[in-house]
Amino acid sequence: MSERAIGFQYATIAQQREASTLGMWAFLATEVLFFGALIAAYLNYRIWFGEEFIAAASLTKVALGTANTAVLLTSSACMAMAVTTFDAGSKRAPIMWLAATAALGLLFVAIKATEWWLEYQEQLVPALNFDLARHGGVAEIFFIFYFCATGLHALHLLIGIGIVTWLAVGIGRGRIEPAGSTTRLVGLYWHFVDIVWIFLFPLIYLAGRTT
Amino acid sequence: MNAPHQPSYLSATVGIRSWLLTTDHKRIALLYFAGITFFFFIGGIAATLIRLELITPGPTLGSPDFYNRLFTMHGIIMVWFFLIPSIPTTMGNFILPMMIGARDLAFPRLNLASWYLYMAGGLITLAALVLGGLDTGWTFYEPYSTFYATGYLILGVFGIFVSGFSSILTGLNFIVTVHKLRAPGMTWYRLPVFVWSTYATSLILVLATPVLAMTLLMLLAERVLHVGIFSPQLGGDPILFQHMFWFYSHPAVYIMILPSMGVISEVVPVFARKPLFGYTFVVWCSIAIAAIGFLVWGHHMFVAGQALYASLAFSFLSYLVAVPSAIKVFNWVATLHEGWIRFDAPMLYAFGFIGLFTIGGLTGLFLAALAVDVHVTDTYFVVAHFHYIMVGGAVMGFFAGLHYWWPKMTGRLYPDYWARFAAILAFFGFNLTFFPQFILGYLGMPRRYQSYPPEFQVWHVLSSAGASILAAGYALPLFYFAWSILRGPRAPANPWGATGLEWSTRSPPPPENFVETPTVVRAPYQYVQGEPRMQAGDV
Repeated sequence: MSERAIGFQYATIAQQREASTLGMWAFLATEVLFFGALIAAYLNYRIWFGEEFIAAASLTKVALGTANTAVLLTSSACMAMAVTTFDAGSKRAPIMWLAATAALGLLFVAIKATEWWLEYQEQLVPALNFDLARHGGVAEIFFIFYFCATGLHALHLLIGIGIVTWLAVGIGRGRIEPAGSTTRLVGLYWHFVDIVWIFLFPLIYLAGRTT
Repeated sequence: MNAPHQPSYLSATVGIRSWLLTTDHKRIALLYFAGITFFFFIGGIAATLIRLELITPGPTLGSPDFYNRLFTMHGIIMVWFFLIPSIPTTMGNFILPMMIGARDLAFPRLNLASWYLYMAGGLITLAALVLGGLDTGWTFYEPYSTFYATGYLILGVFGIFVSGFSSILTGLNFIVTVHKLRAPGMTWYRLPVFVWSTYATSLILVLATPVLAMTLLMLLAERVLHVGIFSPQLGGDPILFQHMFWFYSHPAVYIMILPSMGVISEVVPVFARKPLFGYTFVVWCSIAIAAIGFLVWGHHMFVAGQALYASLAFSFLSYLVAVPSAIKVFNWVATLHEGWIRFDAPMLYAFGFIGLFTIGGLTGLFLAALAVDVHVTDTYFVVAHFHYIMVGGAVMGFFAGLHYWWPKMTGRLYPDYWARFAAILAFFGFNLTFFPQFILGYLGMPRRYQSYPPEFQVWHVLSSAGASILAAGYALPLFYFAWSILRGPRAPANPWGATGLEWSTRSPPPPENFVETPTVVRAPYQYVQGEPRMQAGDV
């Protein structure tokens, strides 16, 4: 991943930067379809089961979910600051912002894990301890989607935390060239994981809460 | 041009590590060739056993359960480990960067990682098949796969899941390469059609494969944890599985056929010595097929219980997607018109493609018609139809491209007589195998059955006889290509007198493809009618 050398298939560093950026966008397009398939299946049941599905959604911890939304949006702001300050030529500032990004990411995962723990205690985890008699079959399907979606999102976030940490260390050791695109690419990925949550949050937590 | 002191990509470095850790797109293409050929013959052995089994109306080789596992193996191997990767990963990898004047793909290490993912996925699935196989058919329909299937479903599906990432990363690599690594002067409308069609294929790979990945993940979750997603016993919706499966698997048909169409668009102008008729129509038809192909998946579900209005819309859209395919066929035929036609082996395969693909496409229209489809759903008519597309179309295109670019890839010529003989043999064998299946299907023979009424036997025997001829047609190239590598005469840089940047460099090419990055000054296929060869230096 070192950017010191320009790949032999490229004529200029700008060409290499453009290629990497397009590659990241194409990867994110794949990710959109990956999560999109899950969300489409979720919506299928949301429409099919209607009120019963909304009743199941009311069992989610909306306060923790809302707090997590704020945490994740703030982390994205930190990521954006890291990219901007790095482009401006600073070395210390982006490392600080990246550390804040990773810390907020970890906080998100911690809050998420707390939610999962609470749901485990309420016997809401399908295949582990789901109380079918108390919550009903439709709620079980809702919680399968809930755990699939939030689990895959958390997995993406953990990978993101790893990459952000690697980037901060790389900047500290002077391995990341300012002319390159690495910081921006990591930023794109981080914002994408954020946007997935922007879709999951209302779909999962806010279903039917207005009435 | 073949002075020994100028190393080719084959001789520049030696040793097993220089192959397994290579980032050269040409070497990775050969690694893929090895994998693809291996899986093609595994799937072919399964096909041979199927045709052997069906010679008699009752059980011949084994139990019905054995037969179920046989056709499942054939389908899974051929679809995911031969047809989908076939042309893009081999000829796409080798030729596409050369066609646009690039020194490699945009992300060479990612390209190597794709090969390892493909091989890992393939071997995992193969392990499942060897351990005892799967009995679901290649479509894994619910609730069958969760509740009733007895084989190694989890392992087999996991292998397909892994190889999906190979597809995605290959598509991503091609998209970025076509956008960003074109040589100076190589504008979009100067791109050879093979590049356009591989680009269209890559769009599907990147946008459809993740949906399959998610669908298979949900399938695995249901099978492993017994939680309800698709199975009605657990409160789920089995039709949803079919929707999600075909959202990938119908565009996957275009992943298989678009690259072949690209090959044919290269081969026909060379051997007709004429520019490709209607270049812009052909390239935009590739894009149109990729786009409309995303909107027709419901035609697999006309009798599955989807809404009638949905079926009407899918029927209409399925007719629509046939239009750009038909335009391409007309363009190839118009290119032949008043051409200076040579009947070399690649051209014979191309002729085979055009004829068989047309039959496959037209019978697809039968199936797109709601009323006719109800009559022939899940019969041999469907089996014959998609084999005309996938074997008559995609595999013929694969062999056309293989024979066309073989001298470039290996630096050796092959015996043209035997290659032509194999092409004709495969064409006859193919028709004898699959044309009787149209009749069988129309008479009511259902697919996936080991036993059948005795009055169908004559058609099945014809089909099995054809399969043995087809097998000979596919086995022959193994021998003359092996001979070509060992004893074949050295190939000049441009044995066909073709245009295209890949022919302007040595055969086999140097590691960096071009000694100097070429500059492109004209559109492709600038053949002068009646002139046997291009002028020296023309590209």
